[in-house]
Amino acid sequence: MNPAGEMTWKRLDPRIVVTSTAVVCAPLVPTLFVMLVTGAKATAILITTGVWVGIAALVLVLTGLRWFFTYYRITDDRFELREGNFSRTHRSIPRDRIRSVDLTADPVHRLFGLSVVTIGTGRRSRDEADLKLDSISRIDADQVRGLLLKLSTVDSAEAAGNAPVDGEIARLKPAWFGYAALTFSLVLAVWGALASAIGTFQDVLSSLGLFDDAVNEVTATPLWISLGVGALALLVIGVVGAVLLSVEMWWGFRLTRETAGTLRVRRGLLTSRSVSLEERRLRGIDITEPLLLRWAGGARVHAVATGLGAAAKDQKSDNKTLLPPAPRTEAKRVAAAVLREVRSPTDGAHLIAHPRAALRRRLARGATAAAAVMAAAATATAVSGVGAWWAVWTAGAVTAAVAAGFAVDAYGNLGHAMTPSYVITRYGSSIRRTVALQRSGIIGWRIKQSVFQRRSKLITVSATTAAGSGAYAIRDVTTEDGLAFAEETVPGLLAPFLHHD
Amino acid sequence: MPEPVGALRLRPPRHRVERRAVTWWTAQALLLVAPVAIALAVVAVFVAPARFWLLLALGGVIVLGTPYVLLMPRWRFRVHRWETTDDAVYTASGWLNQEWRVAPMSRIQTVDTARGPLQQILGLSSVTVTTASAAGPLTIAGLDHNVAAALVEQLTARTQAAPGDAT
Repeated sequence: MNPAGEMTWKRLDPRIVVTSTAVVCAPLVPTLFVMLVTGAKATAILITTGVWVGIAALVLVLTGLRWFFTYYRITDDRFELREGNFSRTHRSIPRDRIRSVDLTADPVHRLFGLSVVTIGTGRRSRDEADLKLDSISRIDADQVRGLLLKLSTVDSAEAAGNAPVDGEIARLKPAWFGYAALTFSLVLAVWGALASAIGTFQDVLSSLGLFDDAVNEVTATPLWISLGVGALALLVIGVVGAVLLSVEMWWGFRLTRETAGTLRVRRGLLTSRSVSLEERRLRGIDITEPLLLRWAGGARVHAVATGLGAAAKDQKSDNKTLLPPAPRTEAKRVAAAVLREVRSPTDGAHLIAHPRAALRRRLARGATAAAAVMAAAATATAVSGVGAWWAVWTAGAVTAAVAAGFAVDAYGNLGHAMTPSYVITRYGSSIRRTVALQRSGIIGWRIKQSVFQRRSKLITVSATTAAGSGAYAIRDVTTEDGLAFAEETVPGLLAPFLHHD
Repeated sequence: MPEPVGALRLRPPRHRVERRAVTWWTAQALLLVAPVAIALAVVAVFVAPARFWLLLALGGVIVLGTPYVLLMPRWRFRVHRWETTDDAVYTASGWLNQEWRVAPMSRIQTVDTARGPLQQILGLSSVTVTTASAAGPLTIAGLDHNVAAALVEQLTARTQAAPGDAT
């Protein structure tokens, strides 16, 4: 391949025809197996096979046509893509607008040495949505990426530590998978998958007699043993599943900085992914600590960057993750390295506490929740006629205690601060977020005051920005402090609209 | 409740929205409350067993809905204001929960107007100012449509003078 800028139109790799057909045919084998096990008639099996082969043939033809009519070209200043057999589209982007080049390869693609290239312009408009090359060979994909991001062609030169600004920032340590066991969202995902699998394979399982056996076992043993064993089994499955999911997502994780000022995250065991982020788009970092992870001393780091909006909707939000669950010291080091600071801004700054009225608000919310739970429990008890009033009181007391705990924790986590280049805000309890946002990235203010905040003379000040979630809030500060802080952070923006009483 | 002397506060923006906006908000509130009340009443007439609960619900809707329809539009009219300076756009909105937004001229990306059917009948218009932030645009609703058109022209001229992609 000529590195000085392509002028010829190139096709995608012809092996995509094979991969697409293989993907379609793959479920045929387990389906046939299930049919045989459940004792389906021979004619049914033949018809299913026939239909499947027909579909596979159709996919083969359509993919072949797509391959035949798709061309791409990289010139000195543009990237062009022509595709479509019925309606032809020709898309052309100036190379200066290219903000990210991501490579993804699921197991089928990896088997054939292929890779899907997604080119992002960082814009959310319809006309400039991401371009996708599905797919080209892995070597070609690396070269296309290097060409479009204007990187040096030799990868190892950076890794050898040429200059202090280049090279590897972080690499996965297997001990970090321990934190995966505490990631509740993954555990929930595993339970959800288990439930839907049982639902899908109901027929198979009932024909094997599993449901009848299970019911016999449960009715034979005392209730508390079967409940305990069931809960324990569910927990173990959830935790093990979460760890396995985490291994698949983060195996081989490396965060590197490349010569052209691009950060690159590489990860994945079965599906390998490479996500790039131009440092020009970076406006800060967000250190996220879900409750269980926080107790274990861990944290995650996300990038606050422009142009991730569109991607985040289609793909997982993992596109903005710079560090998976890892020890807090590691998170601070990575945050500092990514922002090219000696010390993470979230680390050094002393966070100003928020007024006591904020604690009262959170306790009031907790009390409301406890009252609601008690009301619901009381209604249920009254309606069902079971006179278990002790249950109502216990439910209320437990909810109140838990809510009070969350309220105090949430209040303790509130804080904000300012450094010469960053504004820092911290909030949350079940997920505590510490966000460091560049002051130069603030493009406006949003000040909210709910009816309850008006009574306590509090406001919530949000800095709006083009990056990340669009606005980062400093919750429940006094009006005076909030406005003064906002004016100091971005001098001159709010000043014309402020006055002293 | 009197603020302590010298406390920092946001002053309200200079311009009010159009008086007719009260009519517009009243109509919107009626469109929300009336169908629910009518549906409850109709079902209560036809379904005998649940009549008590339905009439109770209808009573609740009327008790809550009447102040909403009468008071909310007037409250909104007092709160909703807008102002543009050489450097920024400043809006205030809401009624129970209030929100103030400030956006510098250099960060404004687009300025649009929108007129729903009710607004067209009343000769009103909404102006939407977007920035690069995903937190949403600034909206000034209930402006007279000539005022809105003039505002859009003025803002477009000023933002075109500032280069860059406003991120």
